[in-house]
Amino acid sequence: MSISVQLNVNGKPVSVDCPANTTLVELIRERLELTGTHVGCDTSQCGACTVHLNGRAVKACTILAAQCEGTEVTTIEGLGDTDNLHPMQEAFRECHGLQCGFCTPGMIMSAVDLVHRESSINEQIIREGLEGNICRCTGYHNIVRAVETAAKKMRN
Amino acid sequence: MVEQSIGRSVLRKEDMRFITGNGRYTDDINLRGQTYGYFVRSPYAHAVVGEVDALAAQTMPGVIAVLTGKQVAEDELGSLPCGWMIHSKDGSEMKHPPHPVMAATKVNYVGEPVALVVAESFAEAKNAAELVSVDYEELNAVVSASDAQSSPDIYEEAPRNTCYEWELGEKDATEAAIKGAAHVTRYTLTNNRLIPNALEPRAAIADFNRGTEELTLYTTSQNPHLARLILTAFVQLAPEHKLRIIAPDVGGGFGSKIFVYSEETALAWASMKLGVAIKWTAERAESFLADAHGRDHVSEAELAMDEEGNFLALRVKTTANMGAYLSTFASAVPTYLYGTLLAGQYKTPNIYVEVDSVFTNTAPVDAYRGAGRPEATFLVERIVELAAKELGIDPAELRRKNMIKPEDFPYQTPVALEYDIGDYEASLNKALKMADYAGFANRKADSQANGKLRGIGFSCYIEACGLAPSALAGSLGAGVGLWESGEVRVNPTGSVTVLTGTHSHGQGHETTFAQLVASRFGISVDDVEVVHGDTGKMDFGLGTYGSRSLSVGGSALAVAADKVIEKGRRIAAHLLEGEVDNINFEDGEFRLKESNRSKTFQEIAFAAYVPHDYPIEELEPGLAEKAFYDPVNFTYPAGTHICEVEIDPETGVTEITKFTAVDDFGNIINPMIVEGQVHGGIAQGVGQAMLEQCVYDESGQLQTGSYMDYCMPRADDLPNFTVGMTTTVCTHNPVGAKGCGEAGAIGSPPAIINAITDAIGVRDISMPATPEKIWRAVQEVKT
Repeated sequence: MSISVQLNVNGKPVSVDCPANTTLVELIRERLELTGTHVGCDTSQCGACTVHLNGRAVKACTILAAQCEGTEVTTIEGLGDTDNLHPMQEAFRECHGLQCGFCTPGMIMSAVDLVHRESSINEQIIREGLEGNICRCTGYHNIVRAVETAAKKMRN
Repeated sequence: MVEQSIGRSVLRKEDMRFITGNGRYTDDINLRGQTYGYFVRSPYAHAVVGEVDALAAQTMPGVIAVLTGKQVAEDELGSLPCGWMIHSKDGSEMKHPPHPVMAATKVNYVGEPVALVVAESFAEAKNAAELVSVDYEELNAVVSASDAQSSPDIYEEAPRNTCYEWELGEKDATEAAIKGAAHVTRYTLTNNRLIPNALEPRAAIADFNRGTEELTLYTTSQNPHLARLILTAFVQLAPEHKLRIIAPDVGGGFGSKIFVYSEETALAWASMKLGVAIKWTAERAESFLADAHGRDHVSEAELAMDEEGNFLALRVKTTANMGAYLSTFASAVPTYLYGTLLAGQYKTPNIYVEVDSVFTNTAPVDAYRGAGRPEATFLVERIVELAAKELGIDPAELRRKNMIKPEDFPYQTPVALEYDIGDYEASLNKALKMADYAGFANRKADSQANGKLRGIGFSCYIEACGLAPSALAGSLGAGVGLWESGEVRVNPTGSVTVLTGTHSHGQGHETTFAQLVASRFGISVDDVEVVHGDTGKMDFGLGTYGSRSLSVGGSALAVAADKVIEKGRRIAAHLLEGEVDNINFEDGEFRLKESNRSKTFQEIAFAAYVPHDYPIEELEPGLAEKAFYDPVNFTYPAGTHICEVEIDPETGVTEITKFTAVDDFGNIINPMIVEGQVHGGIAQGVGQAMLEQCVYDESGQLQTGSYMDYCMPRADDLPNFTVGMTTTVCTHNPVGAKGCGEAGAIGSPPAIINAITDAIGVRDISMPATPEKIWRAVQEVKT
């Protein structure tokens, strides 16, 4: 069965006809060709596919496109670009918070949401807040530093 | 003048594309008209394969073909090879049963590919795969390494399921030393089986061009040229010059993407057969089942000492699980990457090691970050710790007493290696200070007052990296050379394109190698572009593993860059009307001695490509040089890791309160990147020591097949790391570097287990030391 979904992705209106069982991440990667959002597992554990749905971080492998009718979706491509980086993107680079880069877009999207929703930020809040995103490369040390650094900038 | 970039934490050039979502991983690539592959995999660990009925699947919408192992056999595709021949004690060659690209007559592990469904969409391929009906006659499975030699044979050609029985060292002298020793510490241990779990699942796109008969294979590889060599020379899929392998951005490897697997091979074969481009991306469940696993050793060890605690002899007997087939480098891991490291940092005069490698009905086991060296380090550093406890000597001091001293280098160990340089005590001393060892007793008392248990553990590791002089490796059984290629192309405008046969999948070579070359030329890092991962672009290379990229690949680039400078001096001599011997190159300028005349690097580059005023009779135009660098020895990174833990005895929950790593990696190009490598390595070591365990049940079913069941280290499982460096410069390569990628994973597990056992006051606890195991150990000590 095919469905039609209208939503807003990275500030642009999008209308897509897709099978009813299409997930949000399939829509983003395969239909809209926004390949910055990654898929690292099949059990909603790794967080590589994290995007913002109406401003909140969600794992895009766990949401059906059909559930996104009328929503605002932001992917890593919509967060900031080379000439206009989001403070979180900038901090990940400055603090060496990434190595292979595969978990990075999802990690950044989760971290931005974490800073938005927590009233204060410290190491423990960051570590617990990013528990849903797996990174196999960095050991998280520099990711924690990056989020601390970005949080300061985002609050100024 | 451009700032010298070596030794500076230059921000990574590759990061901009990754943080903006512009990375280009294999699954991000889509070709016009591309189809999708899905593998039918064995649900049994060991079974005879009967009829494969693909009729129902073939009639499903969108299905293009169902290809089976039988067709692979009919097309006479070669077996997937293992590239390192090991000889047993009796001189016989290791047993190497064929590893078919897809199983035709028998399956030997759960997840082994049996058929490939190709369809117009991924969903159609996957749905059709469920309709492929395979007749299996289930056989008894052999699962654990300990049971393998007493179980029915999996392969006729490998009696007692034994691949080889290898030895190294002096058996009789070691035995005599143990017999006569004042004290012998004995230890039986398991090095747990791990699943690598690079976050990007393996993926491939095979694209056969019917017009040119060229096959392009995009694949998640750490070493695309090696994959091409194997697919051409061994599998005989396509001629080498007609096969191009592209490994674009690769999302982590940790060893698991060194190997040539069934999936990309089957895909390439199918693309040629069907004349269509085919894409396959592993689902995580497939990664768990069919990526090569790591470690899985069972060992017994004896360390003999005199009355003063001087080490006299070490004897080790290890059984290593190879899994169902010999993966690409599997045979080398428990032998030349393990037995040779058993001297550690110590002057143990007699060492003898026996390794039996066995086949089981589990996924193939091969190199995983550290590959053999974590197994050796864990054994040595655990038994040394036990010896210290038994003798009542401070574990740091027992280590110090037995360490090879700076004046002992070069040091020939009793297990083949010759260490070129090191200062192990310097790392130990620095680590003790950074970890505040002196204050430990007070911290322990504080913990005790709060009802907590506190412990501290050491690990003084050494590793052998930069594998290795090709002739030496060849004499030990390696099937390939182990040099590396590098090309430095100076463009007419003076910018530089660097091509390397190594591959970066998180290590930051695009930055480190740019720094290396930029510093030699006195130009900006921004003017150097590093290209890797495409057999169509660069010379043959051996790829990235074993912490070799900088020490071997970087050395090739250094040699090539120096050739460019030499040619530049000759061009400059002509332009400046002087003798070549009177031309100096420094800070990016070629200067004629005792004059104020000079030419910039850029001017020389331009002159080389626009040779109007040029010594054309004696010098070819152009400014690009290549080097193939063959190392003259291994490199020997070493250091001390100290772990301090606090345990809640009520729950067994253990917190690493401080983890200190002091490493000697030789010269360092980019400290930020090196520290990042250490962090990541330690995290994987913490995973092995406290969280991760691959479990098969007795019928060979994988019980830990998802992130729900296999415990990956997450942000709240890990501490911040305290990292320091000491430096002794590698004596035999032009960069002076030793390699840093694996040290964290090698050094950390024994430090962690030593800390946990110290806290509880128990002799041993097996990895992973989960809260449950720790709680039980605490209860046992209480009673």
